[in-house]
Amino acid sequence: MTMYAPASKGLAITPPAQALELVGPQKRPFQISRLAGPVVVFALFIGLWYFMHYKGLRLLFDKPGERLIPLPTDVWRATVVSEGTRGDYVSGIGWTAVAAYGGLAITIVLGLLLAVVMLQARWAEGAIYPYLVALQAIPVLAIVPIIYVIFGGSMSARLFVCIMISFFPIVTNALFGMKSVDRSQHDLFTLRRASRWTRLVKLQLPSALPAIFTGFRISAGLSIIGAVVGEQFFRGGSKPGVGIVIEKWRTKGVYPPLWGGIIIACLMGIGTFLVFGIVQRLAVGHWYDGETQKD
Amino acid sequence: MSNTPMTSVRTTSSAADEVARNSPALSFEGVSMVFPDGTHALNETSFDVRPGEFVTVVGPSGCGKSTLLKIASGLNKPTSGTVTVDRSRIGYVFQDATLLQWRNVLRNVELMAELEGMPKGERRDKALQAIKLVGLDGFEAKYPKQLSGGMKMRASLARSLVLDPSVFLFDEPFGAVDEITREYLNDEVIKLFQLNEFAGLFITHSISEAVFLSTRVLVMSARPGRIVADFAVPFEYPRRPELRFEPEFAALSGRVSHELRGAHS
Repeated sequence: MTMYAPASKGLAITPPAQALELVGPQKRPFQISRLAGPVVVFALFIGLWYFMHYKGLRLLFDKPGERLIPLPTDVWRATVVSEGTRGDYVSGIGWTAVAAYGGLAITIVLGLLLAVVMLQARWAEGAIYPYLVALQAIPVLAIVPIIYVIFGGSMSARLFVCIMISFFPIVTNALFGMKSVDRSQHDLFTLRRASRWTRLVKLQLPSALPAIFTGFRISAGLSIIGAVVGEQFFRGGSKPGVGIVIEKWRTKGVYPPLWGGIIIACLMGIGTFLVFGIVQRLAVGHWYDGETQKD
Repeated sequence: MSNTPMTSVRTTSSAADEVARNSPALSFEGVSMVFPDGTHALNETSFDVRPGEFVTVVGPSGCGKSTLLKIASGLNKPTSGTVTVDRSRIGYVFQDATLLQWRNVLRNVELMAELEGMPKGERRDKALQAIKLVGLDGFEAKYPKQLSGGMKMRASLARSLVLDPSVFLFDEPFGAVDEITREYLNDEVIKLFQLNEFAGLFITHSISEAVFLSTRVLVMSARPGRIVADFAVPFEYPRRPELRFEPEFAALSGRVSHELRGAHS
């Protein structure tokens, strides 16, 4: 039997032990079953590839799948085993990375600045937003001559295309993040009469970091597309990126190394997306739990 | 009902203290609040909170209780009437802990002092003291996502304490925590009140919390809110948790409850 005696508590109040237990997400042990999904889907993908090569394209569209969609093994041989093509692509990856990440860096700086400007007043946001949407909708092909005249036919033009394509997600995500700050957190700063600058630096920007990094991830993938597309239009200079190697094989109508280039571009996009995911986790993972919880 | 404040129930004070107590730390005079959307939140509300007084406002939800605090702190401007208060030393505890998720406990507790421009060394010392006072020592480096609801509220209390507030506003701070945690946090508030002698204004819809914490309980009517009853709470501090089960406590709670029912209709 438990006896309950009236406990007289003085000034020293000790919270009960269980109240001080740390809560928080538990690290789940790695499970082999988490690999099963990707493996199955990858197998289906390769299966579909073979099917389209042998039968699918013929059945569905009455077109020669044997020529248009070469087998993975042929793609591998033409892209990786063939030394000349491999060399082209290896140096191509380097130049494409220069265009993509150079463009991305410029986009990040300009995009964040613009988001901060748009944050300052509702009218500024309303006035600028349509142009952002328009920027997304501009067909690059249509303005190629203009870009050519202004930036020349080489790296600067590719950077420009890259910035054009990757700009929107950075601005919108940063703006969304900074606008989503909790009302009472704003009140906290209002109570102490914080300046706009203090509010921006100590509240809005840090609070928006998860959203900003999400924008980075999306834009990072787009910057690879931007660089490759840019290279296809602006082939000048001695900096042949992946897009230029792809163009070479496209004009020749040789499909295995062409597909190799497409896959390389895709892998660059995926790799960049993953790297930014890791950067995001390192930067905000220790405080951000991936939910929209505010306190 | 008259607006003259009741005599302080505390008797252990020097003459100098008595003078200080006679000038209110926070004073509402005929404060009305109509929001732009037409919501009439407060109607001609008048009352004072003196240093060393802990005043709790209870009332039906949506009666404008929280608006009182927003007006007192300057977050909202009243439509008419005047509020007299020294805003340089206001503590404000919100309904949510409103901790900044990217700051650990220590840096969160430092925030108010940091915004006030207190030198780094001084605010760090004060923050560490405040953290100790609310029983969070050892958790300075933890992030809000690692804390329980009660611990977050403790951190939130500590954050306001760093500025050594002369007026401490509480906006239903413990509504979201379980009852036991709430009782512990109530003990915490009483401890802080005894140590710091601030003027407290506490909003809640829990009658027992109101009676347990306060020197005075005000009952507010449904919207547009105004004060309809004013109870002096005679119990000595420090108040032990068992007070909640004593007949005098129950009797007073009953009277507050009765007024509150009237206020609802």
